[in-house]
Amino acid sequence: MSDATKYLLDNLNALAAGLFLLTGFGIVAMRQARGCLNLFIAQSLLLAASAALLGLRYDSAHLYGVALVNLISKPIVVPWLLRRTSPAGIYTRREIDQVLNIPTALLIAMALAVGAYFVGIPLAKAVGPDARGPNVSIGIAVLLLGAFTLTVRREALSLLIGLLAMENGAFLAGIAIARDLGMLVELAIATDGLIIVFIMGVLVRAVQKQVGTTAIGDLASLKEGAAEPAADEALS
Amino acid sequence: MAERILFNLLQVAVVLIFAPLASGVLSRLKELVQSKRGPSIFQPYRDLWKLFHKDEIVSEDSSWIFRFTPYIVFVTPIFVALLIPVLTSYPLFFAFMGDMLGGGFVLALGGFFATLAAVDTANPYGPVGASRTRMVGFLAEPVFMIVFFTVSFVAGSTIPYIVQKKWVTPLANFFAPSHVLLVLAFIMLILAEGGRIPVDNPTGHFELAMIDESKSLEYSGRGFALVKWGGQMKFFVLLCIFLNVLVTPWGLAAGQSYGAVLLAIPLVLFKVFCFLLVLVVIESSLSKLRLFRIAEFLGAAFITSVAAMMTQIFLP
Repeated sequence: MSDATKYLLDNLNALAAGLFLLTGFGIVAMRQARGCLNLFIAQSLLLAASAALLGLRYDSAHLYGVALVNLISKPIVVPWLLRRTSPAGIYTRREIDQVLNIPTALLIAMALAVGAYFVGIPLAKAVGPDARGPNVSIGIAVLLLGAFTLTVRREALSLLIGLLAMENGAFLAGIAIARDLGMLVELAIATDGLIIVFIMGVLVRAVQKQVGTTAIGDLASLKEGAAEPAADEALS
Repeated sequence: MAERILFNLLQVAVVLIFAPLASGVLSRLKELVQSKRGPSIFQPYRDLWKLFHKDEIVSEDSSWIFRFTPYIVFVTPIFVALLIPVLTSYPLFFAFMGDMLGGGFVLALGGFFATLAAVDTANPYGPVGASRTRMVGFLAEPVFMIVFFTVSFVAGSTIPYIVQKKWVTPLANFFAPSHVLLVLAFIMLILAEGGRIPVDNPTGHFELAMIDESKSLEYSGRGFALVKWGGQMKFFVLLCIFLNVLVTPWGLAAGQSYGAVLLAIPLVLFKVFCFLLVLVVIESSLSKLRLFRIAEFLGAAFITSVAAMMTQIFLP
């Protein structure tokens, strides 16, 4: 493989990673659950693209396998599972009351991403010269953005997608650090993700049935109204 | 030397002549998408011709700012056209008079005076539009800054003629994440600064919803023609910066001969036409945002540009 081709593949991989970061920001900011899900699908496709490009670049059949697993499990099986398990109305719901307003959330997310670079670059350097691409830093950044999504969102489905985005970020960093991890491990991780989706979907359905809403953020107190002050008095 | 001055003036002439055509083509394409016939693509020229032959009415209570603003709005895009590559890929006579930031400031000067003039007449809708334009402007400016600084960081220069070659030599640089993300951010900026659809509706006639248009409500006759033409030129200049410096620096004249430079005119117009097609798709598939959602739209542009900067500066 010529140097020019290698350079092109490196750039394409970096492009996939850059767009991956952008979808991470999008998941923080998107209001509608369906938009969040679409962004997650795009993110998984970009992850698969990055794995395939790295596989081509370093001639590793194992990374093609990772790409294939990601291509099947996340963009196809996860939405299918969610549609089967969680209530249908959840997709069109719009999340009005986020903990922070969107510009503030985006600014904090930006600071997190910059912070991730300060962790990611030394880490990538410690691993070795082959992990030099932006994958490690951006993977950590998206990991943090997913965690941030978990803290600012109040709707069950977007919380789930934040969790899955965290997993995607870890995957993106992982394929650059450990290229020959063993297919079994990757498959195990992918299945794990699907089981999480399944359990969360069933849980959301149960919550919807019990409480009539999926706005998890409103379920802060155990009992409504008068029960709380009484408990406080008992404590004091 | 004389040739370079001549080519520079030719660039200005191209911007002057073809800016109304670009906006005419854009509005015609939009009407075609909506299954209407639409006005002729030469309608903007007829409008300008008509307005230049009409009487001008100026309010007694307005100051000199109101009278001078049309000329400033008209002249500032011409100055920028002297600085940027419109037709040639090599620097022309005035190329080193100002860099991209200088061009941005010159464009902002026109916007500043347009805002002042809108407040000057005390027309109730003028100040509303003026303050809204300022809101969009101050949200868009940090994005402009980051885009320009990232571009300059990559190329090691802020002169647009030098910057344009960096993204395509070798061609693999075109796919650098910073480049693609910057292009995305700049498209959002063009939509915001040009008053296009997700931010402002250029064909709307409802004063309360106007952002850009309501600044020129008080103008008539020659003044209105100049403001209109200036706005069209500003849009055309932004397109030229976007296409010739950031995205597709191909098709520009590389040789010094007259033939090469004249051949560049249809090529540049073709690039503009292709981008207008993209713009029509964007404008026809989105709806206008509510005023307070504009902050989120430009916040997204800001995040995109910052992501571009991060992928570039922290390149391991």
